[in-house]
Amino acid sequence: MSTPANNGPKSAFNTFNLVAGAIILVGLVITVIRFTQGIGSVTNLDNNNPWGIWIGFDLLCGVALAAGGYTTSAACYIFGLKRFHSAVRPAILTAFLGYALVVFALQYDLGRPWRLPYPIFYQQGTTSLLFEVGLCVMLYLTVLFIEFTPAMFEWLGWKKIRKVVVKLTLALTIFGVVLSTLHQSSLGALYTIAPSKLHPLWYSPYMPLYFFVSSIAAGMSMVIFEGTLSHKKMHRMMDEEYLKHHDGVVLGFGKAASLVLFGYFFVKMIGVAYDNNWHYLVSGYGLLFLTEMLGFVALPCFLYAVGVRDKNLGLIKKAAIITVLGIVFNRFNVSLIAFNYHLPSSERYFPSMMEIGISVFVVTIGVVVFRFITTRMPIFFEHPDYKGDH
Amino acid sequence: MLRRTFLGVLGATCVGAALPTGAEAGGKEFKGYPGSKGVLFDATRCIGCRKCEAACNKVNNLPKPEKSFDDLSVLDTKRRTDAKTHTVVNKYGSPKNPVFRKSQCNHCLEPACASACFVKAFKKLPNGAVVYDESVCVGCRYCMVACPFEIPTYEYDEPLTPRVMKCDMCAPRQAQGKLPGCVEGCPKEALVFGERDELIKIARQRINRNPDRYIDHLYGEDEMGGTSWMYLSGVPFNEIGMREDLGTKSAPELTAGALAAVPMVAGLWPVLLGGIYAVTQRNSKVADEERKDAVDNAIARASAEAEKTLSEALEKADVANKRQIEVEVKKAVEEALAPKEEEQDENSEKEES
Repeated sequence: MSTPANNGPKSAFNTFNLVAGAIILVGLVITVIRFTQGIGSVTNLDNNNPWGIWIGFDLLCGVALAAGGYTTSAACYIFGLKRFHSAVRPAILTAFLGYALVVFALQYDLGRPWRLPYPIFYQQGTTSLLFEVGLCVMLYLTVLFIEFTPAMFEWLGWKKIRKVVVKLTLALTIFGVVLSTLHQSSLGALYTIAPSKLHPLWYSPYMPLYFFVSSIAAGMSMVIFEGTLSHKKMHRMMDEEYLKHHDGVVLGFGKAASLVLFGYFFVKMIGVAYDNNWHYLVSGYGLLFLTEMLGFVALPCFLYAVGVRDKNLGLIKKAAIITVLGIVFNRFNVSLIAFNYHLPSSERYFPSMMEIGISVFVVTIGVVVFRFITTRMPIFFEHPDYKGDH
Repeated sequence: MLRRTFLGVLGATCVGAALPTGAEAGGKEFKGYPGSKGVLFDATRCIGCRKCEAACNKVNNLPKPEKSFDDLSVLDTKRRTDAKTHTVVNKYGSPKNPVFRKSQCNHCLEPACASACFVKAFKKLPNGAVVYDESVCVGCRYCMVACPFEIPTYEYDEPLTPRVMKCDMCAPRQAQGKLPGCVEGCPKEALVFGERDELIKIARQRINRNPDRYIDHLYGEDEMGGTSWMYLSGVPFNEIGMREDLGTKSAPELTAGALAAVPMVAGLWPVLLGGIYAVTQRNSKVADEERKDAVDNAIARASAEAEKTLSEALEKADVANKRQIEVEVKKAVEEALAPKEEEQDENSEKEES
């Protein structure tokens, strides 16, 4: 009764499918060029700028914005906030897809992608922070997959194995938070090796902490933002349980995100004070830094707080969008805009159309797969056979 | 900028500060393999003839450039090393007093590329060369991000087998007892190959003998923890395209803090999270119990009251019943006695008549 009927789009040629199909087609063409002509033929990367948007957006933003998985499951299973339960499955699914796409996108950026298992199984470069990122992402992707399987098993009707996996929930959640803490922070730590290349306002020995803390705000904001999107597009797949708790989830995460952003703002300022970088604030990069800190951290922090006080869901959703954009802005600043700040503008990097094309292609694949799964498996609703069984 | 301790990161990850400072190499410094080789470049001797570039190109079998090595007009534009060029000479200063500086891999004592590589494709050899193993390279290019001298280059146009390309100090030639190509090709002895320790002494001597000719600094002695390729110059190093703000910390030191925090997080996070879980479980259990107790109490109170009312009602009913019975008995007795009296009356009437 509470399982919504699967009355999906009637024709395969609706607007969504046409647009997604066109993007995927273009992506496939670029893919062929990439793997026949080399990275240089599709990107603007060069010897001074070895990492472009495939790292700055696909990897750094992808991982940060997939943080909703560990924040939501930790809120529900570790902090015992049961009202978040209905938000866990969409968040886990998003995180799983997000990480899977990060690894997928990496295949384009790596020179010899088929050697990706080498650092873990063949010769371990344990002094590298990238090794830590690789190891944690591999393990976490596995954890997310296992956390996602109950929905799949319910869809397939495999009751016994579902029961086994559900019993692992707490252990998987804790392992997931440990792995997320490590690789979210390690992505920031990647840049600690290059103090001479990253502008002092962004370079800090605290970068690992900044990346970790901001990923929490990013994860929660993404859950709110995505819930809003799903509400519009996937409403028919949601059950009463999900809809009843949805506003509570938005309010709860709104409150938490406000607090996290508040803390993030202050540790960022402490970082500026720690290296006594105040004088850089009165420069072009200073303006950029202040825009990031005031417009994309302090402002959403304030909007979240007001939104929660007034129970104004619309305002909270706006704050979520600003926070998500702010995270993308921050990751771009660290990896692209404030990186190589010492080089003359003629030697700086700007992405090529084909690089952007691949990034859009990757995001599109994510949306298509998300739609495929949520219209079939019990993500936004509880399977009638397993009601209240958690 | 330069004072960064791993404690920052550690405290930062909320792990507590119970770690000894051992994680940051315990004050040990690696000053290079004993007897390792290096090269001393003297910018005051270099005339920008590009013979070193030609020699490098030849001994490494690199593709021929568009303009020949004799064409010195190439020097008018700033160049950097690329996948087909392991070394370049650039011209600085005024047209009247040009200063030339050769650039190639500096072969750090503790290389950033080797520290950053997640598959150990880079290695510092005991002879001083930093070499690359293409058979394991994944092509992530983190080495290029990490290198403070912007030396590693990439074969971006190779679709399937791209390699990182850089100077290897002619390690294969060294193994045969030969000089690096560029050193052998230099007609002005602007390049000197030898043991690094000896080169430092030679450099000091040159500075001391001609203090007016040289800036009193040997670039590479301490930069980024020290390099095997070192530089002397007559003009400030930042005027010949060399950064003076790199500091003396080696690349591994820069990441030691973040790496040191990893096992701490892995060790303590499960304890902390497990603790939070236990506390929330306990809290909700206590809350449940309290709720249950309250409900039980309320039920008990309610049932006690109900029982009381019931027993009172029963008592009342009892009394009423008793009265009823008494009345009934009385009535019955009265009724039973009444005919006898009548009989007696009748009998007495008979006796009277």
